[in-house]
Amino acid sequence: IKDVVRTDVSVLFKGVDEGSLEALETLLIESDFGVPTSLALVAEVERRHKRGDVKSESEFRQALADGVEAALRKGNSDPALRTNPGGPTVVLVIGVNGAGKTTFIGKLSAAFRAEGKRVLLGAADTFRAGAIDQLRVWSERAGVDFVGGAPGSDPASVAFDAVDAGVTRGVDVIIVDTAGRLHTSDDLMTELRKIHRVIGKRLPDAPHEILLVLDGTIGQNALSQARTFSAAVPVTGIVVTKLDGTAKGGIVVAVHEALDVPIKFVGLGEQIGDLEPFDAGDYARELVET
Amino acid sequence: MFDELTDKLGNVFAKLRGRGVLTENDIKEGMREVRRVLLEADVNFALTREFLERVEKQAVGVLQLKSIQPAQQLVKIVHDELTAMLGERREGLKMSSVPPTIIMMVGLQGSGKTTTAGKLARRLKLEAKSTRLVAADVYRPAAIDQLETLGKALDVPVYADRTTQDVVKIAKAGIEQGVRNRDRVVIVDTAGRLQIDADMMDELTRLKAAIKPDEILFVADGMTGQEAVKIAQGFNEALDITGVILTKLDGDARGGAALSIYGVLKKPIKYIGVGEKPDALEEFHPERMAGRILQMGDIVSLVEKA
Ligand SMILES: Nc1nc2c(ncn2[C@@H]2O[C@H](COP(=O)(O)OP(=O)(O)OP(=O)(O)O)[C@@H](O)[C@H]2O)c(=O)[nH]1
Ligand SMILES: Nc1nc2c(ncn2[C@@H]2O[C@H](COP(=O)(O)OP(=O)(O)OP(=O)(O)O)[C@@H](O)[C@H]2O)c(=O)[nH]1
Ligand SMILES: [Mg+2]
Ligand SMILES: [Mg+2]
Repeated sequence: IKDVVRTDVSVLFKGVDEGSLEALETLLIESDFGVPTSLALVAEVERRHKRGDVKSESEFRQALADGVEAALRKGNSDPALRTNPGGPTVVLVIGVNGAGKTTFIGKLSAAFRAEGKRVLLGAADTFRAGAIDQLRVWSERAGVDFVGGAPGSDPASVAFDAVDAGVTRGVDVIIVDTAGRLHTSDDLMTELRKIHRVIGKRLPDAPHEILLVLDGTIGQNALSQARTFSAAVPVTGIVVTKLDGTAKGGIVVAVHEALDVPIKFVGLGEQIGDLEPFDAGDYARELVET
Repeated sequence: MFDELTDKLGNVFAKLRGRGVLTENDIKEGMREVRRVLLEADVNFALTREFLERVEKQAVGVLQLKSIQPAQQLVKIVHDELTAMLGERREGLKMSSVPPTIIMMVGLQGSGKTTTAGKLARRLKLEAKSTRLVAADVYRPAAIDQLETLGKALDVPVYADRTTQDVVKIAKAGIEQGVRNRDRVVIVDTAGRLQIDADMMDELTRLKAAIKPDEILFVADGMTGQEAVKIAQGFNEALDITGVILTKLDGDARGGAALSIYGVLKKPIKYIGVGEKPDALEEFHPERMAGRILQMGDIVSLVEKA
């Protein structure tokens, strides 16, 4: 019930600084933070306002940015990729359809190449038309190795072959692309678990990173996706794509809180260089500046 | 009918059972609950506000009359109002009297344009309308391969030209081929783009001027959040779109984007995508969509059963 009352800022904060607090709530909701996260963040600003720390419009915005940054830095929040010191690092990339998985892999391989690492890509999306060719083009652009199977073949065996080839060739990083799948499809989630299991069979402790790719334009469904994907396989990080558009991707805060995993990368375009490590401070600042 | 919203509203209204009559404050509290449900479904924030004002006016009138089940009544008002806001049940594609009918697919990156082009081709083919696909996405890696693979699987011809980046030239040549082959429909697939990308939007404007499409279908991801309105407005301002297709509704997204886009543009939602396979395309039903946004299951079939 308390939650219900809080839903309307103007009721709660009448006479305080109704306008500013309501503007913050609007900003957050319109940036896809979702109702509970928005209310919690606004309540925090209100506490600071009551202490007398927040008075002007710009202080309200600054306080909000601080709150967002703090939320993103809480718990497990290191954006650095985990690596495997004893051999190849295996990265498994998952997410719903069209989120930007394959493009992200292209960009990430280029970033590894720039560090002088040897990379191999495994095309375990054997389902979607053109998916294997798409990843092959990216492997050529980035100048990295490529392993793919036939269209329609078992994705888990492609993943196994890719890890096997990577280990044999002594590469530094193996990145496995998977088909887009909606988390509500039990069959496809079972298939994903199998891909995960098979990778671990070929190389114990692999994959070292399981990155869930979220479209930055997405709304509240991201939370359901994140929960279901991480129940199926142990997700270790989030990638937010398409933040070069006008959407703000605010749901990542709730996702970070729900999963206690870091946001690791931000996708900012379709070109090979359009990838940045996630920075909570930059994200929060840009949010309140626009 | 025990869905979440009815339950929540039930709780809100339970405490006034003794009094019998609802006050305006009770209704306000009920409206806050409705607001939460709409925002969680990704209905546009500004639109939610307008919607609540309209519903509240009706609710005050209806609920004052000593309602027996105020929660159910309020849910019904909300549902009916949502359904009305989503428009009439929609017809399919507008066919040109002089074939071929030209359809242009547009939208953000990854929204489902290429897949949906294939789905439409399949549907038209089943209606015995010979259809051709044209690959006018020259940017995304393997976009042409993707369309050609779909075409082959569906046994629908695909026009492509890998020697040029000029999409106007590609589309015109594809349509000419369609005319020569007496096709009834030609579907032009375009690259995904941001509505704020001036150069890329300009490409679409030029394409439209050159091929004069009968349908410009804006393909939107059904999981889109609050930005849905601005994105749709951007495409509509540049192209004056003729319809909308919402994809990926086979998941558990509540699909508030449907209301947001239709509520602002008033352009018909022609179909919804409910899967990756070529047959996963359905007609749009406003009342089902309203039930989905409110998380009420299929209210129509519930009513029909009763
Ligand atoms: N503007 C923009 N577009 C992006 C970004 N990342 C990916 N895209 C585009 O989004 C579309 C889908 O990207 P993909 O990499 O194919 O997505 P995916 O998750 O692999 O898709 P499926 O394999 O079909 O599930 C493509 O047109 C990409 O060019 C980004 O950060 N910004
Ligand atoms: N589950 C589901 N997936 C869909 C649906 N429609 C499209 N997809 C998937 O969404 C992803 C993107 O679809 P595409 O057709 O490549 O999207 P696009 O808009 O052409 O993408 P770009 O050309 O990169 O802008 C693919 O994995 C499709 O299989 C749908 O209704 N349901
Ligand atoms: Mg992919
Ligand atoms: Mg496409």
